[in-house]
Amino acid sequence: MEEKDRIINDVTQSEYKYGFVTDIETDIIETGLNENVIRIISAKKNEPEFMLEFRLNAFRKWQKMKMPDWAYLKIPPIDFQKISYYAAPKTEAKYESLDEVDPDLLDTFNKLGIPVEEQKHLAGVAVDIVMDSVSVKTTFKDTLAEKGIIFCSFSDAVKEHPELIKKYLGQAVPVADNYFSALNSAVFSDGSFCYIPKGVRCPMELSTYFRINAANTGQFERTLIIADDDSYVSYLEGCTAPMRDENQLHAAVVAIITMDRAEVKYSTVQNWYPGNKEGVGGVYNFVTKRGICRGVSSKISWTQVETGSAITWKYPSCILLGDNSVGEFNSVAVTNNYQQADTGSKMIHIGKNTKSTIISKGISAGKSNNSYRGLVKVMPGAKNSRNFSQCDSLLLNDTCGAHTFPYIDVQNKSSIVEHEATTSKIGEDQIFYCNQRGIDTETAIGMIVNGYAKEVLNKLPMEFAVEAQKLLQISLEGSVG
Amino acid sequence: MLSIKNLYASVEGQEILKGINLEIKPGEVHAIMGPNGSGKSTLANVLAGKDDYEITADEITFLGENLLDKSPETRAKDGLFLSFQYPVEIPGVPMVNFIKTAVNEHRKHRGEKELTAGEFLKLMRKKMELVELKTKLTNRSVNEGFSGGEKKKNEIFQMAMLEPKLAILDETDSGLDIDALKTVANGVNALKSPETSSIVITHYQRLLDYIVPDFVHVLYHGKIVKSGGKELAFELEEKGYDWIKKENGN
Amino acid sequence: MSVLVEKADLSLKYISHYNKVKEILFEGSSYVLNDVRNRAFQDFIIQGIPTQKNENYKYTNLNPRFLPDFEFVHHKENNNVDIKTVFRCDVPQLNLEPRLIFNGWYHRISNESLNLPEGVILCSLAEIANNNPDLIKEYYGKIAKTDSDSMVALNTAYAKDGYFLYIPKNVIVEKPIQLINFLQAETDTFVTQRNLIIIEQGASTNLIFCDHTLNLNNYLNNSVTEIFVGENANLDYYTLQNQHNRTSSINSVFIQQERDSVATTHTYSLHGGLIRNNLKFVLNGENAEANMYGMAFLDRKQHIDNFTQIIHAKPNCQSNQVYKNVLDGESTGAFSGMIHVVRDAQNTNAFQQNNNLLLTDEAKMQTKPQLIIDADDVKCSHGATVGQIDEEAMFYLRARGIDEDKARLMMMNAFAHDVVRKIKVEALGNRIDELVEKRLNGEIARCHECAYNCEM
Repeated sequence: MEEKDRIINDVTQSEYKYGFVTDIETDIIETGLNENVIRIISAKKNEPEFMLEFRLNAFRKWQKMKMPDWAYLKIPPIDFQKISYYAAPKTEAKYESLDEVDPDLLDTFNKLGIPVEEQKHLAGVAVDIVMDSVSVKTTFKDTLAEKGIIFCSFSDAVKEHPELIKKYLGQAVPVADNYFSALNSAVFSDGSFCYIPKGVRCPMELSTYFRINAANTGQFERTLIIADDDSYVSYLEGCTAPMRDENQLHAAVVAIITMDRAEVKYSTVQNWYPGNKEGVGGVYNFVTKRGICRGVSSKISWTQVETGSAITWKYPSCILLGDNSVGEFNSVAVTNNYQQADTGSKMIHIGKNTKSTIISKGISAGKSNNSYRGLVKVMPGAKNSRNFSQCDSLLLNDTCGAHTFPYIDVQNKSSIVEHEATTSKIGEDQIFYCNQRGIDTETAIGMIVNGYAKEVLNKLPMEFAVEAQKLLQISLEGSVG
Repeated sequence: MLSIKNLYASVEGQEILKGINLEIKPGEVHAIMGPNGSGKSTLANVLAGKDDYEITADEITFLGENLLDKSPETRAKDGLFLSFQYPVEIPGVPMVNFIKTAVNEHRKHRGEKELTAGEFLKLMRKKMELVELKTKLTNRSVNEGFSGGEKKKNEIFQMAMLEPKLAILDETDSGLDIDALKTVANGVNALKSPETSSIVITHYQRLLDYIVPDFVHVLYHGKIVKSGGKELAFELEEKGYDWIKKENGN
Repeated sequence: MSVLVEKADLSLKYISHYNKVKEILFEGSSYVLNDVRNRAFQDFIIQGIPTQKNENYKYTNLNPRFLPDFEFVHHKENNNVDIKTVFRCDVPQLNLEPRLIFNGWYHRISNESLNLPEGVILCSLAEIANNNPDLIKEYYGKIAKTDSDSMVALNTAYAKDGYFLYIPKNVIVEKPIQLINFLQAETDTFVTQRNLIIIEQGASTNLIFCDHTLNLNNYLNNSVTEIFVGENANLDYYTLQNQHNRTSSINSVFIQQERDSVATTHTYSLHGGLIRNNLKFVLNGENAEANMYGMAFLDRKQHIDNFTQIIHAKPNCQSNQVYKNVLDGESTGAFSGMIHVVRDAQNTNAFQQNNNLLLTDEAKMQTKPQLIIDADDVKCSHGATVGQIDEEAMFYLRARGIDEDKARLMMMNAFAHDVVRKIKVEALGNRIDELVEKRLNGEIARCHECAYNCEM
């Protein structure tokens, strides 16, 4: 059908709109990775001794580990010596107000569509922006401080709250948990830290925007969120990167710890540069995200909309330690052209009466491969636990692939685990029906895909949901056929 | 309104329509009858622009313009409406969003302002009454979980919302009980005007008791083998399709 | 590093044994078997006995099962077992004349009345391979690949005999064919059994394969069965696994189907120390239909691992899988089912369901249903549940005056019946229903009349 071909062309040839490079002076160290590099990173950040020890320990462990090969991904060899492990915008001074920030940088944020300035007025979102792994500016710090909420860059937290960092660093994600978490632990340059004190409901959405800017750098940021008893926070994360022909590496760690009756909602819209339509370039996204529901009746929910990256390897997980704790994972993952995604979740039930839900919606187009991989494990002591998983795949043509690899392991009799998966495609007859009512193919696909993903999109905070919906449409329109 | 000259259509090398000629003027109601497999639905699908057919024709014009050059959505926005024999389910897409998008696409095409949410809801409520469609259905996904009768009513409801110039009703009566049939027919009749026309495709004469045609055509083996006034429908009902089959040597 | 050494040691025993008995293995065997023997052995050396690091054996630890100091059966034993004295099929009205496989070797029964339709061959694999190698050489080793599973490699290296079944074109075998798999030896014994089934175009048969173990030694039975189902042919293949707790059974079945064929497997695992069922279907022609039904009732420390793969290689095929497990005591279960729809296998319908009931807190279940879909016009789904009996339904029954134990039994029976009703041989279906009920009642622990009341 000619119309479809036209739309496919339109869309596949449309440019990645976040693919600009910001011309900001960058402090970047030589490529390569050895103990000395790690000492340099630690020194540049004026870190206390325990941090250096943490990094060196991680590095030594990493050296003994092998890159995982079990995912349904074709990963080209990565030369870890050709990456620079530290790149920071040079103007590192801290600002009192946004006016003092480098205008180029602000321009970048505006291009990204981050409403930094508006938000100051609208009291919407407190934003921590991490550019090339260094936290640039945290807005609303003071407003939050009044409630006792700590929301700052990881480096600041190391300096200002070393006792918290010492206590929780590496607790949810142990250093040697996996190859990439070990690498991150060794070289991470910055990230965000958030602590919500007892009984506090964070009055606004907290948000981090990540951006890789410099060439040949890897981004290794680390986020740590602690929610103390009876607290609540909703946290947002967005990512973009410039278009480059070479691949860039992103290996982040996000750790969440919730105490008694605390709740953390963590939402991600991941839109790293996916590479061009021939599959050249794009970000390799190897992310470790894990939450521990330490306290009784605590809750962690991960919601993600994944549209970017050439390769995504990511399994946000919940360890349900506290009795009656709840874990949730809601995901929409879109792959187009030559993108590959292997993503899903792990739910480890340890406490009694723990509950978890996994909703995963994969959408594949182009020549991409999209896999769901998950583990639901119910330990002997997790009496009366429940899990429900639903993993659906939508295929837009016959050149892409959709795969499902759930692992279920139940070790007591009083728990119930259910898993459902379906694979389907957008029907020609559905599109024709819409056409016949005067709705063009592009809009029709948008409607159907959004309808398919609705269950997950509804879980996102309002302002993110709209952005995510647009992103879905941009990533997919016209790729049916 | 619509002029079809010498239309041939085939699927995978098998010829289904073999030279159809049809002229429809504004205000006219044409019934097309015929046994199963005679090509009735194919004709409807070809006119609406479904992609599955290889088509040749001397000419098909709709409102004076060449129909075959146009995409299905342009045909729809020009005022051609097809009430589907088997309306497809579209999970996840709420009926109300769907029809709102469709109405506004039509309005944009005509150079009119898009309806506000309030205006739209008002219009929708009015049109729903016409076919006695329950309000709760508009909150559901398109056709999902609708009964057979509800699906057909939903088609007529959409027709009422979009106000087409030419409506093609493809076996809108099949599978309906007599009450639903009356409701559907009332809806169709209410939309009738001197400027609009319809093609009523049916296997049974029953529907034509309620939607009275100006002309009846009998389609058999891909050809219109008989045309006449509404009395032809009665004749068919009486003699059955065997009569046509016999006359046409099969 | 120590893991590697252990693995090497254990595999080494089987490697050195091969070298020791190599001449015996080659001697008297047809070239069809011998031509692939060395290659299979190489493949075994490379892979070794699978450990749990092997994704395909993640849930089953085979290594302890290879530890006993096994004797091997490389010769046909001159053993005049009278089948009627050692085995009496207790399925009423089935009334078949079962054939016998004894420690992996096919034994002709003296009064074997050949009431099979003309042209049908049921005999020893060694015999057919020697007498008519042309009939089997195109099939032997074709779908049981030695480079992708070391147990297949080990079987192919050691293979001497098993049964051979051939149903020629358009022949319908009305009466089910029954085979009894006996294990009986003086000492702990390692058994290799190699079977081949060829069902030609338009032919049809039912095959019932039953286990029977005659004493309490340790046994390891490593069997491979290759089945070829021709165009428009029809096969129902029943396996009743019923051995004692000191037997380990590694049972690999490979089925290739041509167009318009229907093949159905029914696997009932009623007893066994460790049961590993590898079942691989390749749908190699359009409009083929594959059905896989499985049911296991385990208790004590028994272990079941159903590992299925179905390859939709051609368009317009459909497959169904239903596997149910009831795990009691400290038993453990695993299910790993993979559906692979290859590129261009459009209009595929693939359905898979795995349901499990855990009756105690010590029982464990691991399940891993997988979909790999490379075509777009497909309807595929899988579902897996692990849990207990639906308490709402239980309450409903109790509210109608049925006492709790009775209600629980009814529910478990209903759970099992989904699979049992797929049995087309009526007498067998009734018998299994009865066995399931008895088993659930705790009345019996054995299927056939067994003198042993093994407590392990």
